[in-house]
Amino acid sequence: MATLDFAQLWSPLRLTLELATLTTLLLLVVGTPIAWWLARSKARWKEAVAAIVAMPIVLPPTVLGFYLLLLLGPQGPGGALAGLWGARTLAFTFEGLVLGSLIYSMPFVVQPIRNAFEAIGDRPLEVAATLRASPWDTFWSVAVPLARPGFMTAAVLGFAHTVGEFGVVLMIGGNIPGKTKVLSVAIYDFVETQRWQEAHILAGGMVVFSFVVILAMLVIERRTARVGT
Amino acid sequence: MSAPPIARIFLAALLLLAGLAPARAADVKVAVAANFTDPVKEIGQGFEKSTGHKLILSFGATGQFYAQITQGAPFEVLISADQATPAKAIAEGYAVAGTAFTYAVGKLALFSKTAGAVAGETTLKEAKFAKLSIANPATAPYGAAAIETMKALGVYEALAPKIVQGNNIAQAFQFVDTGNAEVGFVALSQIAFVEGGSRWIVPANLHKPIAQDVVLLKAGANNETAKAFLQYLKSPDARRVIEKFGYGID
Repeated sequence: MATLDFAQLWSPLRLTLELATLTTLLLLVVGTPIAWWLARSKARWKEAVAAIVAMPIVLPPTVLGFYLLLLLGPQGPGGALAGLWGARTLAFTFEGLVLGSLIYSMPFVVQPIRNAFEAIGDRPLEVAATLRASPWDTFWSVAVPLARPGFMTAAVLGFAHTVGEFGVVLMIGGNIPGKTKVLSVAIYDFVETQRWQEAHILAGGMVVFSFVVILAMLVIERRTARVGT
Repeated sequence: MSAPPIARIFLAALLLLAGLAPARAADVKVAVAANFTDPVKEIGQGFEKSTGHKLILSFGATGQFYAQITQGAPFEVLISADQATPAKAIAEGYAVAGTAFTYAVGKLALFSKTAGAVAGETTLKEAKFAKLSIANPATAPYGAAAIETMKALGVYEALAPKIVQGNNIAQAFQFVDTGNAEVGFVALSQIAFVEGGSRWIVPANLHKPIAQDVVLLKAGANNETAKAFLQYLKSPDARRVIEKFGYGID
């Protein structure tokens, strides 16, 4: 049996953590205004927007991967964007993976925040308005603190879902060590080359990680319920 | 030329004798290495027409299939992209000894969608491209052959940062086909009927021969149709198709 190569285990692990962290932070920034609008808007077509945001839940990752490969490529907008710094394509890059992950994990961040905003209801916001708080102030001092459990759920789910991403990365990543070879792809490679010892270490780690994530979710939920009463 | 009538009658008689066997015995579940996708479809049509049996084809990477076979996947024939995997399958008891043979010798090609972009080994030495697509060398023989070729030409160190890997040779081609990589090492069989672009057929002395073996798996040990399909792969009809797609014959 081949000896364990820890660099081969650590590199995809670190890359995955970087990808998931960056994606989660960006999604909290991008997703919050979307969630707020979805929660507060009276527009009739807002559910159409909600449906678009939620679509990656239903779409097979191969569909996302296929279109991303074309969109990121030389003939797509991604290629034009990459042209700004002299590259031809956004596929096979860490930036490309971040872009793909944003789309892939967006519903898991937007939905919990939207739910949390909706649960606040009109009353606290009206009270804040009568106290002459500006909408901006109301948002930060009232809505965000009240929706904090929603933000925590969103961050945990967004992070975990990005860690678990496989199909999209497989299709647009190009399996480059240190750049696009993330955990799930590394596990796939280890299984395919019958290096099951390494596969077990990473896959077993994922099992523990998933358990911790779900446990954390449940604890957040319970604590929220207690605060509410 | 199809099997002589006497052979067909014999086969039919065998199937009649096996009348109590499940009706699906006339199906063969075949795991096919991605590079052989197009040829096996055409060969399969000939086989189905001349025997009336049906092939159920699954396409993927050889290594992936092997991992599945060790866990009881129901494949009856493995059309591998290498010789090592069928040999290993026999050694580890997943395939029937004495049934492996080389059905094709693969040819590696450097390919670009752009006319004139690939001119020969100078293309690799000048390296006027950003991304070079290859199949995963750890699992795909065409990927390993691509690495060997670059090393033989002394350009591997220089090109390594430009390499992107497809999970198998089909994906390596797809990266080139979508333009995400300007050039790529692909199987000649994949571009045998692709018009335009530019290509360089890598001389066979730059890498170890890509001898591709097929083997009867344990799940198909008693399936006469599976055995008949292995025989059919050696037939002149099948060989004509294999050569047409740019493979050599052992």
